[in-house]
Amino acid sequence: MSRSLALRAGGALLALALVAAPAAAQQQNTQGQGTEGPAGGAPEVQSVVPEVGDGRGGMNNQVPETTEKQAPTGGERPAPMREVAPTPAAPITAPPPNTARGDTSADEMELQRTLRGGVIEGRTTLPDTAAAILIQPEGRDWREFRNQWLFWIGAAAVVGTVALLALTFLVSGRKRIEAGRSGRSILRFGVLERVNHWMVAVSFVLLGLSGLNITYGALALRPIIGPEAFTALTFWGQAVHQYLSFPFVLGLFVMVAVWLRDNLPTKVDIAWIKAGGPVAKGHPPAGRFNAAQKALYWFTMGGGGLVALSGYVLMFPFTVTDVGGQQWAHIVHGLMAMVMIAAILGHAYIGSIGMEGALEAMSTGRVDYNWAKEHHSLWLEQETAKAREAVAPPSGARAVGAD
Amino acid sequence: MARLKFLCDADRCIECNACVTACKNEHEVPWGINRRRVVTINDGKPGERSISMACMHCTDAPCAAVCPVACFYGTADGLVLHDKDLCIGCGYCFYACPFGAPQYPRVGNFGGRGKMDKCTYCAGGPQQDNSRVEYTQYGSNRIAEGKLPLCAEMCSTKALLAGDGEIIASIYKERVQRRGFGSGAWGWRTAYKETVTT
Repeated sequence: MSRSLALRAGGALLALALVAAPAAAQQQNTQGQGTEGPAGGAPEVQSVVPEVGDGRGGMNNQVPETTEKQAPTGGERPAPMREVAPTPAAPITAPPPNTARGDTSADEMELQRTLRGGVIEGRTTLPDTAAAILIQPEGRDWREFRNQWLFWIGAAAVVGTVALLALTFLVSGRKRIEAGRSGRSILRFGVLERVNHWMVAVSFVLLGLSGLNITYGALALRPIIGPEAFTALTFWGQAVHQYLSFPFVLGLFVMVAVWLRDNLPTKVDIAWIKAGGPVAKGHPPAGRFNAAQKALYWFTMGGGGLVALSGYVLMFPFTVTDVGGQQWAHIVHGLMAMVMIAAILGHAYIGSIGMEGALEAMSTGRVDYNWAKEHHSLWLEQETAKAREAVAPPSGARAVGAD
Repeated sequence: MARLKFLCDADRCIECNACVTACKNEHEVPWGINRRRVVTINDGKPGERSISMACMHCTDAPCAAVCPVACFYGTADGLVLHDKDLCIGCGYCFYACPFGAPQYPRVGNFGGRGKMDKCTYCAGGPQQDNSRVEYTQYGSNRIAEGKLPLCAEMCSTKALLAGDGEIIASIYKERVQRRGFGSGAWGWRTAYKETVTT
């Protein structure tokens, strides 16, 4: 009760003040008009020169500008100014001209960085650290790489490999199983190995196509399908490129787990290469994988690893490196990918139309007995030995009816 | 036809960042994107210079050369503009650009960095001049209104010059002759393969 009363009283006071304030101002205003403005009954036309009132330049009521004691006038005069400036004790040398002060020159700095590398860097108030680089001439080299080196190296690698394989197929045709199909088969790749292989293969093909589109699409595809459609394709292509990197890398890890042991180099590989390798007369003995397959395996692991690492650097730009590092990541990624596409083209050729009986190893997982005998004789011997052991009677067991 | 260029007189720039602010305000550029920035080299040392830098609208522009979807185009005035409807935000133009001009709205969630944004020389984009959609995508189009870029017009010391390359070069030359020094036209050798000789 008492509080509301106080509030009401306060409100009343405030209202009073609000009403009173303009009223007071108005009062002041009328007073001012009374003294300064034209008084009632004054002539309409006034003199051009404004009247000078109190404190507005009049001679009377002058206020001193300082509280300092004023020097009396009419006393002794100060010493006259010297005609010549005093000679300094030590000679003052003239400042060097601006051009000779070792000052920064935009032209020189840019030329130097262009020739010797490096960036012109400073400081900004922006949180983006990349903004502190004023000029980076390396971009020119990277442009040269992307538009010239990668373009032509990639074209040569991919088109060259396709041409070479086509020529091989035309000249020597399909490699047949020399002894013909035996009708018996043996398991070469288990379910995990096959599923993993195709996961990596499908990812690789899509990664390769979307990657090639980034390098060659603007030239090859854009004029055909139009800018809008090409942008849509490339946008989804790069999304596919990013997301499929994960199954690809996962597949590489599985390949390390399941195939590493069989791909360690052995003495047999040296003999296989010495015998002529893939173009040998007859069939030099080989284990589960021959030297060429092992080479491809290690190339895929190493190259795939490099491509994946550089790819992740590009996928998360500027998290681990600066603009120069990003350029290098692209150089490694692009070159390695082109070479890998060429190598995998060769692999796909041999695995499909290039050799009879090879594709079924990755489709059904079983290969023909004669194919295995010709291409992986040592592996076949091992497998048959293992099989014999598995079905062999336990030692001490006697044949039926031996008693 | 005029060849529009930027020239920053580093001996006049006082690093007030008014150009940066003017640009952001004029085009309503989102957070994190700076079409123009001021870089101070030799900060606190003899020979300190501040340079206001944005897209220089290069001759034979590297961004346009490396773009995988070819979204860049040149205007009759020598400006390098781009079509945001075609951009895929791959970031290649930033790798190639000598001046760090291309900006992206996102830092990089799996490389999807959003449509690239850069200085348009206040000339908008391929959309209808001064339309709502052009303003939303590229900011205002002062060139279509017969005005020069706001950053240069706002510059309090007239350090940043925008306009026809020959005219702004002659203004700069005159200044250098009058005051007796000048650190040169920053970025001109890289962008236009020429320098302002005084």
